[in-house]
Amino acid sequence: MINATDVSGFLGRRRGRSGPDWSDWLAYAYLAMGVLVVLLPIFWMFMSSIKSPRALVENDPRLLPYEQLTTPSQDGARRLGVFVWTRPDGTQADVAFVGPRGINARVFDLARPDEVIEVPRSQLTRKDIVQPRFENYTEPTIGSTQSRNFNFLRYFWNSTFVTVVATLLTLVVNAMAAFALSKYKFRGRDAMVIVIVSTLLIPPTVILVPLFITVSSLGMLNSLWGVIIPAIATPTGVFLLRQYMLTIPDELLEAARMDGASEWKIFWRIMLPLSMPALSVLAILSVMWRWNDFMWPLIVLTQSEVFTLQLGLSTFKGELNDNMHHLLAMTVLTLLPVTLVFVVLQKHITTGIANTGLK
Amino acid sequence: MADVTAPSPAGPARNPVGWLWGKLGDALDGPFGALQAHIGANRMAYVFLLPNVLVFGVFSFWPMLLNFYIAFTGGQSVILADRPFVGLDNFRELLDCPSWLDPKTCPVSGFSFWTGVWNTLFFAVVQVPIMIVVALATALVLNRDIRARGFWRAVYFYPVMLSPVVVAVIWDWVLKRRGILNALLEDGVGAWNWLMSFYVGRLSFFLFGAFLFDCLLAMVFGRKPNSWSNRTRLIAAISLVLIYISVFGTAAGSFTLPEYRPINWLIDVRSGWPMFWVIFVYTWGHLGFYMLILLAGLQAIPKDLYEAAEMDGTSRSRAFWRITLPLLMPTMIVVLVLSLIRAFQVFDEVYVLTGGGPGQATKMIIQHIYESAFIGDAKRYGIAAASSVLVAGLLLLLTLAQLAATRKKAGG
Amino acid sequence: MATLELRQVTKSFGATNVIKGIDLSIDHGEFIVFVGPSGCGKSTLLRMIAGLEQVSTGEVVIDGDTVNDIPAAARGLAMVFQSYALYPHMSVRQNLSFGLENLKTPKPEIERRVAEAARMLRMDQLLERRPGQLSGGQRQRVAIGRAVVREPRVFLFDEPLSNLDAELRVQMRVEIGALHQRLGNTMIYVTHDQVEAMTMADRIAVLKDGRLEQFGRPLDLYNRPANLFVAGFIGSPRMNFLGGTVKGADGAGVTLALDAGGEVAVPCRQEGAAPGLKVKLGVRPEHIQLVEPGVADVMLSVSLTEQLGGESYLHGQLASGEALSVRLTGQTAVSRGDTVGLRLAEPALRHAFDAGTGQVLQPLV
Repeated sequence: MINATDVSGFLGRRRGRSGPDWSDWLAYAYLAMGVLVVLLPIFWMFMSSIKSPRALVENDPRLLPYEQLTTPSQDGARRLGVFVWTRPDGTQADVAFVGPRGINARVFDLARPDEVIEVPRSQLTRKDIVQPRFENYTEPTIGSTQSRNFNFLRYFWNSTFVTVVATLLTLVVNAMAAFALSKYKFRGRDAMVIVIVSTLLIPPTVILVPLFITVSSLGMLNSLWGVIIPAIATPTGVFLLRQYMLTIPDELLEAARMDGASEWKIFWRIMLPLSMPALSVLAILSVMWRWNDFMWPLIVLTQSEVFTLQLGLSTFKGELNDNMHHLLAMTVLTLLPVTLVFVVLQKHITTGIANTGLK
Repeated sequence: MADVTAPSPAGPARNPVGWLWGKLGDALDGPFGALQAHIGANRMAYVFLLPNVLVFGVFSFWPMLLNFYIAFTGGQSVILADRPFVGLDNFRELLDCPSWLDPKTCPVSGFSFWTGVWNTLFFAVVQVPIMIVVALATALVLNRDIRARGFWRAVYFYPVMLSPVVVAVIWDWVLKRRGILNALLEDGVGAWNWLMSFYVGRLSFFLFGAFLFDCLLAMVFGRKPNSWSNRTRLIAAISLVLIYISVFGTAAGSFTLPEYRPINWLIDVRSGWPMFWVIFVYTWGHLGFYMLILLAGLQAIPKDLYEAAEMDGTSRSRAFWRITLPLLMPTMIVVLVLSLIRAFQVFDEVYVLTGGGPGQATKMIIQHIYESAFIGDAKRYGIAAASSVLVAGLLLLLTLAQLAATRKKAGG
Repeated sequence: MATLELRQVTKSFGATNVIKGIDLSIDHGEFIVFVGPSGCGKSTLLRMIAGLEQVSTGEVVIDGDTVNDIPAAARGLAMVFQSYALYPHMSVRQNLSFGLENLKTPKPEIERRVAEAARMLRMDQLLERRPGQLSGGQRQRVAIGRAVVREPRVFLFDEPLSNLDAELRVQMRVEIGALHQRLGNTMIYVTHDQVEAMTMADRIAVLKDGRLEQFGRPLDLYNRPANLFVAGFIGSPRMNFLGGTVKGADGAGVTLALDAGGEVAVPCRQEGAAPGLKVKLGVRPEHIQLVEPGVADVMLSVSLTEQLGGESYLHGQLASGEALSVRLTGQTAVSRGDTVGLRLAEPALRHAFDAGTGQVLQPLV
């Protein structure tokens, strides 16, 4: 942040010149284009998520949630689509579509509902209005027509449980280990640190099968604990916390020891509060990992009542069904918590991750 | 710093979190204190390490060893005792085929394995350089004297926060046959053809294009805009020729495009588009992270270096090649290692987006491992484990090669 | 009552011996300063007394009890750290009461002691602040206050003033002295600054390379240094050392032939001062007098004069090439390039050291 202003010299704009010049505008144009690429798909999906099922089935490419205006039939039993009838003389009228007859359509003018007339279909265009459909959100969550295949609240609870419990355990377990590895001298400490750092390089994806067999032999298949426990001892976390704790002066611990604090108390009352910056980075990372985790839950959890949101979504997407409106709405709900956290803690997250260089 | 403190003895706790924190610590102090009295303060280090070592041992270290054993066993049981030892059979099944380069010649498992290997290699080799270049360009632009840097940075980083499943759902929706991309392209082609049908349109287009091109070069190499170099003259000449052709040389409409037909981006088998979009979507989701790290690296370069270079009369492009890039090298290596290792493990986005299809066009190696072990009636854990061993070996080689390269660089 | 005794205490880290056998006995209520150059082991020694470092061999005895295996907190000591080591996430009040809470002291008692310490150290107004909001001097007081509330048997100070600027340092020196007067506790104070040691201590322990060089009252160290090291370390500006040889010795003292020419008599015992022994003559700059060349012991060719108004310094070389400094009261007319005659102090103020062992040749009185 500090030197960015001055470093800028090398890429165009010179210091001391007032006002932005052409290369600045080009830079802004580049950034704006990137922002479009990032945000437009998300925005498009959000706009689609408030469209009616029919608009989705018809693949209406318009951004806004258009829906055909409807009106009750004469007997009130059905709802009829409304069209704009452009007469040969150019005048227009809103008409309700009653039914087809050959190449013509039987319609009635909304102003004169009793008089059914026949007009050529080519003279009719749909009358669309912007009509956001929020039922897409309420139906699978609190509505009575809760989707049989997609138990959103259940999945949401499972995801939340996994995320919160796993993050708390990760923080405590890794902080304890980091404390031991940064503030005590004991036999094998350096070897331990090397082992932990080198496992940073071992991809967890290559131990899928043996891990699955281990978890299954411990009876943790189809249990959220089977998702939570295996990854709480993350080398990333130990590494990150240890690096931070090394910067906390030993004299503080000695002062606490002179003050009669037990080792546990030193950990809990001195080390943890002082490691807050590193702990919060790890907490954010852990929340991100756990909330977004897909492959490991996919392997451990096979029954839908223990699905996490990500599993539910991907399964739901895989099934060829006509519930696209629910899928999109639930996708929005899934990305919403992460987005809110990001909006609130944006600065903290970006600087924290930039400083640690770990994801 | 968060307000997690001991409660003030002066009165009731001002901060309920702090109070709870203190109480929880005191409650746990009982057993831990007793333990400490028993074993001594120094051995408490082992107590603090224990939970981590236990979890790490059972769920990381032990599986790593177990993987080798499973790779040499067959059958479908998850109970180790029930798995017959088959020696090198699994490896033979994966590796024993006429040509590794042509997976179709291999038996079923080998076919799946080698398809995954080549797809993953292709993916990594194409995706990583593209992503690093774009990330670096974005970081360089953000490192300029830009307004609202925090906002831009946040927006570019935002997709990193999204889950792979969500990313895949979003892009699946965008890339549908009647999705927004096809709609935009249709409009774009229409607009282009409209523009092309006018001479004036052509003229302005080429002028504009030449201008843009020159501006781009100037932005990248930091040339001053008002000095007419040979390059700019050349560009001007070329654009004049192009304008001549467009005005006199061809009939109107020769530059117009045929009517746009929507493409089935993720399903069109022979087009290569599915792999393109897999790479694009993965890059979309991860770019921000590497951009952030590179930006941090750029900002860590001391500004005096640029001031000294300016005093020495160093041109900006030279400053970029001789100061920025060398000083950014450590960060670049971190970025390269991280992104390569992750690219080789790509699974989530691709699996949800294309399921490895169409056919096997985007099937990655991890998907092969996953499907061998967990999909279908035959749970071939042995094949999956053997594949894992091979992949781990490959990754190890890669890491070692990179370490060697890094050391060589550092040494030289 | 709190007495402290070190019996043949040693400390080694792996193969390196940091403390090489130290015996020391401290009476109740004494203010003891450990002084020595950096790396001499003074801080390690203090930390061994505190219980922060294990004693390798030997015994640390407090009030007659060996405390080698008693953990730091249970020794009844309090320590003020060089960096103050205030808990940055706690208020001043919490910093002061943390230790007492650990000892399960009753709440009213904690409040009483904190209030008393705050009053004594004039930090009543600061109790609710965090250490980060305090100035250097205030932090120093809080660190001392944290020791005071513990009502320890012995106070330990580990270079507590090294982070303060010169003015504050003098002020805090006075305050710590006053605190000692008032509490009357035994205090052990570690510093590398011999001025601090001289001004504050009842007795000074001079350490070098893990050994105790001399232990005694400040003026004893100044007047009767036991060896070359103490002689050079105590006193500012530093004592001059001139090479020489014992020419003769009798009951009245020893006669030295200086390398720089001339002879001087030193009133010390003749035992161990056999003629021909290589010695170092030690003379403090403030004891050297300017005299006529005719009666001078040595001649100094002046290469630099420093005029401070109230006093002046001459620096130069003797005929032997040895450097020598002289402190004169008042101002001087001597300038660079002059050669002046010097009288190397009154005989009683001369010190002679065995050049081989560095030990002093014992004075007669």
